[in-house]
Amino acid sequence: MSTLKPTASPLKSPAPGARSARRRTRPLRWLPLAPATVLLLLFLAGPIAYCVWIAFTDMQLSGAAETHFVGLDNFRRAFEDEHFRNAVWLTLVFTFLSSLVGQNTLGLALAALMRRASRPVRTLTGAVVIGAWVLPEIVAAFLLYAFFRREGTLNAVLDLLHLPGQNWLFTLPILAVSFANVWRGTAFSMLVYSAALAEIPKELTEAAEMDGARGWRRLVYVTLPLIRRSIATNLMLNTLQTLSVFGLIWAMTKGGPGDRSTTLPIFMYDQAFTKTLIGYGTAVALLLLLVGALFSAVYLRLIRDEV
Amino acid sequence: MRPTAPVLLSLVVAAATLTACGGGSGSDPDTVKVAYNRSTDNKTRYKDEYLAAMKKQFEKEHPGKKVELVPIQAPDNDYATKAQQMMRSPRTAPDLVYEDTFRINADIKAGYLRPLDKELAAWPDWEQFADSAKAAAKAEDGKTYGIPVGTDTRGLWFNKKIFAEAGLPEDWKPKDWNEILTAARTIKKKVPGVTPLNVYTGKAPGEAAVMQGFEMLLYGTGKDPLYDPAARKWVTGGKGFEDALGFIDTVYREKLGPDVSDALDANVPTSVGTEWFPEGKLAIGLDGSWLGQNWINKGPREWPSWSKDLGQAPMPTQHGQAPGAVSMSGGWAWSIPRKAGNPELAFEFVKTLQTKENAVRWDVADAQIAVREDVAADPKYLNSMPGIKFFTSLVDRTHYRPALPVYPQVSTAIGEAMEAVTTDDASPAGAAKEYDGQLGDLVGGAVVNR
Repeated sequence: MSTLKPTASPLKSPAPGARSARRRTRPLRWLPLAPATVLLLLFLAGPIAYCVWIAFTDMQLSGAAETHFVGLDNFRRAFEDEHFRNAVWLTLVFTFLSSLVGQNTLGLALAALMRRASRPVRTLTGAVVIGAWVLPEIVAAFLLYAFFRREGTLNAVLDLLHLPGQNWLFTLPILAVSFANVWRGTAFSMLVYSAALAEIPKELTEAAEMDGARGWRRLVYVTLPLIRRSIATNLMLNTLQTLSVFGLIWAMTKGGPGDRSTTLPIFMYDQAFTKTLIGYGTAVALLLLLVGALFSAVYLRLIRDEV
Repeated sequence: MRPTAPVLLSLVVAAATLTACGGGSGSDPDTVKVAYNRSTDNKTRYKDEYLAAMKKQFEKEHPGKKVELVPIQAPDNDYATKAQQMMRSPRTAPDLVYEDTFRINADIKAGYLRPLDKELAAWPDWEQFADSAKAAAKAEDGKTYGIPVGTDTRGLWFNKKIFAEAGLPEDWKPKDWNEILTAARTIKKKVPGVTPLNVYTGKAPGEAAVMQGFEMLLYGTGKDPLYDPAARKWVTGGKGFEDALGFIDTVYREKLGPDVSDALDANVPTSVGTEWFPEGKLAIGLDGSWLGQNWINKGPREWPSWSKDLGQAPMPTQHGQAPGAVSMSGGWAWSIPRKAGNPELAFEFVKTLQTKENAVRWDVADAQIAVREDVAADPKYLNSMPGIKFFTSLVDRTHYRPALPVYPQVSTAIGEAMEAVTTDDASPAGAAKEYDGQLGDLVGGAVVNR
């Protein structure tokens, strides 16, 4: 994510005489970076390369002593596996509902409303929303499990209102975990948008109002275009984070019942560790990486196309 | 060239640290590390207490040596994953590991375990072990990789009080599946608020669901319904497979079982033992011989009157066909990982665990069926609990799971088929077909169609 924008070289137009001297010093300039590079290669590139290798083998956690290179078998198998396709679909649903619609929109709405709210309201809302975000994932997961389960808080409230209860984690697991993710992650979007909205020059909004743009029109024609860059950045961070949510879903539903809340990370874990197919699980992990890369590419485009 | 110095220095430091990681600290030659599964119920600690006592005894008898207990508190599947990961590296491998015998062949195949034939030949107590027990940890290569500590059988448990309320006999002995369902339906009608029948199901309970739930049904449908040992092939398209799923479908569709979300919880075996049965919420349970461990000997849930309140009956075959009753047997064993640092000392600890006295103590505490002849004849064992005679009698009728490395994966596939039927995502026929497909992938097409 450090390459959101290709940074222009500071040495764009060097003095002609400096050229040969610079060429000589170039290897030396690299030297101070060497330790960092070596560490990165060892601890980042190394494991990633190892993962890529495993994805092309039939490595198992148990049940086989030898590991063979199997080419693209794992990937072929994934695309033929209807459970894999189901997991991809659920991942997209989960990401769309909880990240794009939920966290992003709700975060923007909260940020906009809070700008107009009185100070105590702002402090209180901020504290509550950020509180949900600060909670460790597993704590949040257990809280929401207690909220949604059959004897849980939500059904108790519905019961008080004489509305029919539901066994949420059983009948609508993907919705329940999506809501949980919204609950947990909205604070991040809210903070990003609060900062972005604060940056909008007052003169612009005033001018827009003079021209008769109010309410929705001001939002669509003035505010949104101005915070476009924040929207894209926020969407990207949100999506990547949501794609890889594991603990929350695992603690709430374990991907079940059946595979109705098995998103890709859960599917990957199940294949690699429950079914002991490390090779196949790793291949799925690479495919998840691909899904993330696709989303990132789309958002990067959004940023590049801007004014 | 001044910047080179720090660079070189950091390279050296990095290399030194890394090799230190890779070189492995090895294990202390005087310490035996013992990995075992701790119950997920925080009141169930008899295994921990037993092992702590063994540790004390061992350290007293072997001055200067130490035992380090490594409890892993997790449901069975997670425990196995953790143990397998530990056994992959010499730095983390325990010296002794507690293995479920259904998984042992997969771990042997993976090269995690060490053959023990040499040690066993020099150990006089090995003669005491029953042949079936010796076979439990024997691999395809003919070598033995574990010392079994007990076995188990399975049958029907029922609450006599609830039966009396429903007007059912106190000496209930169903002759076929239908009579079980009829009894459950009667209870549902006459004793509301009680779960009539628990059959474990789904993925989360792991082998508990597959063995206690599914295979107890499946093995009552005909001969070799899962694996054909003569053809050395797995069975697909079995009518029995579909019928067994059909039974589970009936239980959960007619709401004769627990609520589906409870049934699919990983901790349901704990709930059955510590809540549902003792609190009189469950009428019939298809369960293991060890259930009494919850209620005796300072178990998690004291229930002195359980032997009066509960009855046991053999699980009948599907239509009552010969031999009339079904049981499944498994058990756990102590194994020594191939990458263990102190295999000799680990075996010494096994000898302490398996002195006759300690073996009796364990089988009593864990409510296990003895696998040693001297233990089975011990009065302390025979009088340890009322049901033990009944469950020992099932040994004649019992079946063992196919002792093959791929079995744990087949078991997972069965769990998925059960879950699909239980949640109504698939019909029994559909789930059986899906299982057939998965099985074909798992065993590379080595299947026989019935």
